[in-house]
Amino acid sequence: MSDTFQLDGAAVPFEAGQTVMQAALAAGHYIPHLCYHPEFKPHGSCKLCTVKVNGRTAASCTMPAEAGLNVESDIEEMNSLRRTLVQMLFAEGNHFCPSCEKSGNCMLQALGYDLEVRTAGFRHMYPDRPLDASHPDILLDFNRCILCELCVRASSEVDGKNVFGLSGRGITKQLIVNAASGLLKDTDIALKDKAMQVCPVGVILPKRVGFSIPIGKRRYDQRPISAQALDDAPRQADASGSCDVCEGTP
Amino acid sequence: MSIFAEVHDDYLDQILARYDHSPFNLLQILREVQEHSGHINTEAVNYLSTRLHIPRVRIEGVATFYSFLHLQPHGEYRVLFSDNITDRMQGSQALMEKMCQQLWLQPGKVSEDGLVSINTTSCTGMCDQGPAMLVNGRAITRLTHQRVQEIGSLIRNRTLLSDWPADFFRVEDNIHRSGPLLDNTIAPGDVLRTALALGGKDIVEAVKNSGLRGRGGAGFPTGLKWEACCNAPGEARHVVCNADEGEPGTFKDRVILTRQADLVFEGMTLCALAVGAQHGYLYLRGEYRYLLEPLQAVLQRRRDNNLLGKNILCQPGFDFDIVIHLGAGAYICGEESALIESLEGKRGVPRNRPPFPVTHGYKQQPTAVDNVETFCSAALVMQMGAEKYRAIGTSKSSGTKLISVSGDCPRPGIYEYPFGVSVRQVLQDCGAVNTRAVQVSGPSGVCVAESEFDRKLGFEDLPTAGAFMVFDDSRDLFEVARNFVHFFAHESCGFCTPCRVGTSMLKSTMDKIAAGLGTKYDLREIERLDHVLQTSSHCGLGRTACNPVLHTLKHFRPAYENRLKLLEFKPAFDLDGALARARQMTGRDDAGAHLKTEGV
Repeated sequence: MSDTFQLDGAAVPFEAGQTVMQAALAAGHYIPHLCYHPEFKPHGSCKLCTVKVNGRTAASCTMPAEAGLNVESDIEEMNSLRRTLVQMLFAEGNHFCPSCEKSGNCMLQALGYDLEVRTAGFRHMYPDRPLDASHPDILLDFNRCILCELCVRASSEVDGKNVFGLSGRGITKQLIVNAASGLLKDTDIALKDKAMQVCPVGVILPKRVGFSIPIGKRRYDQRPISAQALDDAPRQADASGSCDVCEGTP
Repeated sequence: MSIFAEVHDDYLDQILARYDHSPFNLLQILREVQEHSGHINTEAVNYLSTRLHIPRVRIEGVATFYSFLHLQPHGEYRVLFSDNITDRMQGSQALMEKMCQQLWLQPGKVSEDGLVSINTTSCTGMCDQGPAMLVNGRAITRLTHQRVQEIGSLIRNRTLLSDWPADFFRVEDNIHRSGPLLDNTIAPGDVLRTALALGGKDIVEAVKNSGLRGRGGAGFPTGLKWEACCNAPGEARHVVCNADEGEPGTFKDRVILTRQADLVFEGMTLCALAVGAQHGYLYLRGEYRYLLEPLQAVLQRRRDNNLLGKNILCQPGFDFDIVIHLGAGAYICGEESALIESLEGKRGVPRNRPPFPVTHGYKQQPTAVDNVETFCSAALVMQMGAEKYRAIGTSKSSGTKLISVSGDCPRPGIYEYPFGVSVRQVLQDCGAVNTRAVQVSGPSGVCVAESEFDRKLGFEDLPTAGAFMVFDDSRDLFEVARNFVHFFAHESCGFCTPCRVGTSMLKSTMDKIAAGLGTKYDLREIERLDHVLQTSSHCGLGRTACNPVLHTLKHFRPAYENRLKLLEFKPAFDLDGALARARQMTGRDDAGAHLKTEGV
């Protein structure tokens, strides 16, 4: 018999070493998230997964599960916080969903719909972030980057390449690539890299496949992101390393 | 690799050799490359990447995280005006403007001949003798129009920094009230002899019984921290002294390291004995670069006297030594887990906790991180005895606290008080009159208004890391808060969404109000941002970034409201303002170059 904690009134079992998010997903409970990915060590940067634990707020992806915790996630206070965070991410970058080829497969957009973010909420910052189209097969559109570092982690931990990194700090923090020229064409990235598959938004895009699945028939066009928790959870159990339901891989 | 050897003189190899070719020392290596060449050029990044076996993207990531490091040429002379509110109150902005005029350049830009750049930097810890600046990392104090003009001439004549008048670099201690810490005259080694007679467990017991709590502001019981570090399993243990005194308005560690360096190192060695550590690190903020050589001399003297190194005081197996790591302009590295990341040669991003540094710190090994003043106080506990130490101060805040007083008062400087002293008493002692407010413990602390001057400094009431900035009735508390908000936006590490985006939005909203374009809508937006920052930020920086605004709104709401338009909403975008760049390019400023409509 394993220990349990309470999540929105439901008992969630967990194993030693699991975080609140990991245990919740494994048990089929969805907590909104962006930078968390079941195959990687929890990062805790986007804060979308913030929950109330025994009355105090914490990121559920990094919060170790403990017996008897009272976790509140699907409550107005937390959903309101998440709406604001989504608005902040939209305001920070340049996100034009109607013209984005990731539309329908984008977690940020899907969260926006699911959390019912109906207004911009903040003045947009309109940062100047040039594209990198130097690579013959891959396009980088930094306008959409939400700095979740999933590509950084995937390239380093899975691909063993370190194609991506971060420079600057604060609001000037940005994604950079591992080349003296600063251009993707001078890195050793490959289409089959894990780093190609993990971007929750539309920064890292394979060229010439943009609309092979038309808008309207994409992942989050079918069902809202919150209804797909059970699709996501098995990714953790899949030991083969394949990831055919990852965002962005048709 | 030979290709590099031909292009470079061997300065890079010398630096790499000094730091054992270890990626853990990346920040120190980059700092020395910068000191050598004024910036870190592409060839240097390539070479370091090859020799350290780390991707260049990581080197760029580290170099761009720290304010004092540059990947592009930044001028032979890099001038940074300290931009704390106290510097501003002493006229720093006018001085900077004048210097820019004198040298024909704009803030943040390098002059066309590559000679000089001028910009601002966060508080350099010279608030009691400001306005202050850094030139190529060296602190210069007591700026006046005359001094700034002289500096401009020295730069234009390309006079070597070493030939500048020594008086420019003089840093005063300004001690106005001393106590057991600053009056300490214990001979180096005496504390360790007392401790050796006691043994590890009893040292921890004594520190616990003394009631000593961390002096960095958070106030965690020091004895408990040492005990947890001692009990944590690990191949090696580390002692880290946090001398990254970045909180604006704080400068007491600077004075302690100048006057009582032996006591600091004695306290660190005591901690090493208590927890069983072999390696010690002093993380010294880059702004205090001038203290590096004097501190290294103290360390060498202690090695020579068998107070550091192998078999300290002839005690077999008591091996401990201390190295100094310099920071490079990042306030966030004062947060202990960010400090450890920085010590490991990485970007100073706070870690996810748990695990805590006491079990998984430097190199994932048990690490005790304490403030400069905490180590000194622990040494005093050992010498005085726990009971006697505990008798000083209050029941929950034992001992004394060094307060860094600055701002509107005739006697700014260092004051050592037993805990429990009232704000009013400090104001009286420093001679402040007509005081409107005091910022206790810096921007992340508390703004105390006159009605609260009887509150007491201590963990029971007003916890403080030591800053005490005084504002008299001529000061505009809105501008004070705006300065602090700019500080947090500049110093946010950018890791988490709420702080990265929230501090930046808070800054632009405060600027909008300052520009006379604020409305009630903007006050509501501030409250919304405050809530997000407080509830969801990754670390203390984000959670406290809204404090200056919250506290000044509470006490000085009219300072905000007087600036607001009577409208419900007004956009920040200003059509006429958008033409400013075109006016600058064409050199026009006549009526025809302006729009008549105000805002839209």
